Amino acid sequence: MAASSAPRSFLQVAATEEVVSPLRVVQIEGLVILKIIKHCKEFSPALVTGQLLGLDVGSVLEVTNCFPFPIREEDEEIEADGANYQLEMMRCLREVNVDNNTVGWYQSTILGSYQTVELIETFMNYQENIRRCVCIIYDPSRSNQGVLALKALKLSDSFMELYWANSFTGEKLREKNLSWVDIFEEIPIKVSNSALISAFMTELEADTPVTQCDYDRLQLSSNPYMERNVEFLIECMDDLSMEQQKFQYHYRNLSRQQAQQQAWLQKRRAENMARKAAGEEPLPEEDPTNPIFKPIPEPSRLESFLITNQISNYCNQINGVAGQSFNRLYLMKALHDN
Amino acid sequence: MAAGDRTVLQFSTQSTANLSAKVHPLVIFNICDCYVRRPDQAERVIGTLLGSILPDGTVDIRNSYAVPHTESAEQVALDIEYHHNMLVSHQKVNPKEVIVGWYSTGLGVTGGSALIHDFYSREVPNPVHLTVDTGFRNGEGTVRAYVSVNLALGDRQLAAQFQEIPLDLRMVEAERVGFDILKTTSVDKLPTDLEGMEVTMQRLLALIDDIYKYVDDVVEGRVAADNSIGRFISDTVAALPKLSPPAFDKLVNDSLQDQLLLLYLSSITRTQLGLAEKLNTAAQIL
Repeated sequence: MAASSAPRSFLQVAATEEVVSPLRVVQIEGLVILKIIKHCKEFSPALVTGQLLGLDVGSVLEVTNCFPFPIREEDEEIEADGANYQLEMMRCLREVNVDNNTVGWYQSTILGSYQTVELIETFMNYQENIRRCVCIIYDPSRSNQGVLALKALKLSDSFMELYWANSFTGEKLREKNLSWVDIFEEIPIKVSNSALISAFMTELEADTPVTQCDYDRLQLSSNPYMERNVEFLIECMDDLSMEQQKFQYHYRNLSRQQAQQQAWLQKRRAENMARKAAGEEPLPEEDPTNPIFKPIPEPSRLESFLITNQISNYCNQINGVAGQSFNRLYLMKALHDN
Repeated sequence: MAAGDRTVLQFSTQSTANLSAKVHPLVIFNICDCYVRRPDQAERVIGTLLGSILPDGTVDIRNSYAVPHTESAEQVALDIEYHHNMLVSHQKVNPKEVIVGWYSTGLGVTGGSALIHDFYSREVPNPVHLTVDTGFRNGEGTVRAYVSVNLALGDRQLAAQFQEIPLDLRMVEAERVGFDILKTTSVDKLPTDLEGMEVTMQRLLALIDDIYKYVDDVVEGRVAADNSIGRFISDTVAALPKLSPPAFDKLVNDSLQDQLLLLYLSSITRTQLGLAEKLNTAAQIL
């Protein structure tokens, strides 16, 4: 804000729009992490979701509490039930002084296959009411490999604008220079704990290396995990090739239509020549009522983007696990030699 | 059992002899969080414990929520409706979690606690009372669990005594992975795979070093030999499978090659993705 020349009235200040500082860090409390882990693990392999509560402060989004959503069986009267449950929980939590502010939601996933259109739609729904919301993805299957697989995601602004305009055509995307990497933005996570809790934890679990060793990471059998990852990858490649075929079909149609247009234009021109020779009015060179001039809608690229995102995710995971396996194998080799 | 005309004060200890409780760290986190957020005039926080009773009788405490209450010198009042509402909501998510007891912060068991315990025992046959000392009065944070035992003099019920039962802090593996994160007051970022791997390997190395030192000490006579430890060590070393070096090398190399192949495949896929995307968005019809 520029240096104020004259003191502004309260109304003026209230009327000026605040500049939204970009979200840089998501600060999660240890309590929330434990709750998410517990909830997702209990119900795995089913996918579960829950609500995040917290505060939105400057460039940090603090998540201080969360509560899980019950699993929906059928969609009949569950809509009203779900809303009631949410209101009830929020009201009860308010009474014990928990921050009553929704800042997003969390969901569990299997092997990182979370990029779906539903995710984007949910984001849009949340974005209407809350200025900044975040989605936390937790992967219980990766945590069995010994990694805390927690990610905070947010839709990038440029993508959101495009989505509102509901157009994913080639030119628009090239204008904005948007590619499939830009759909989701991953935000770094910071963990904070109150001093009381950290005192308790340090107290209750001594710091000795014996109890601390997380042997899960040293497990040699990563084969089943890799196999499933590659299976998912193959399925995604099939989907991607289907999408690409759709594009090819569209292009073929487009070029055929253009050829037809050219042919019609030639005919018109020939006719006009004839008419000029005969001294009549030339016909217009365009005829909007002719069906061959109707523009063919270009298929949306959203699906292919999502699939591409998914595939790259799988590849990243494979890379990560392969790296870890290398470490383990070399370790084993060294131990054996000794 | 007393004979004749003398009545003996009976402490019935049979039922509590094998009763113990297991607490998930989530519960402790919850309690601390509620304590930090309590309203200003309240000195302590009271709440319900949810969990299940395992087949061997131990009480498994998995979740908890705080219940607003008002407390004065003479009486304690709990918001029962709130308690029921929260219970119903929690059970919608996880119907297997039932009330197993209640908790309060603060070191000892006070007079008011007996009343509350009475209330909870109407809901559950044998509630467990957990106290979490947030004031660190003994210089450490103590978590204790009690059950109520009836003191009977002959046939008359005299009083209920709170008897302590053994408590066990349990942690699931995935939580253990993130445990370092949970201990400090703030962590700047979650560790990535490779960093975590590094930390684990360092710890393993430290453990092996310790064992080496111990064995050296025993051999040199600096430390008295403990047979059971020696047996453990020899068992562990014997657990390494006896493979001939060529067979072992072949195994390792095979796995290495598999992983390399996967790495190669995934790199190809990513290149393909990059190409496809460029083609898709760059293509223009005339």
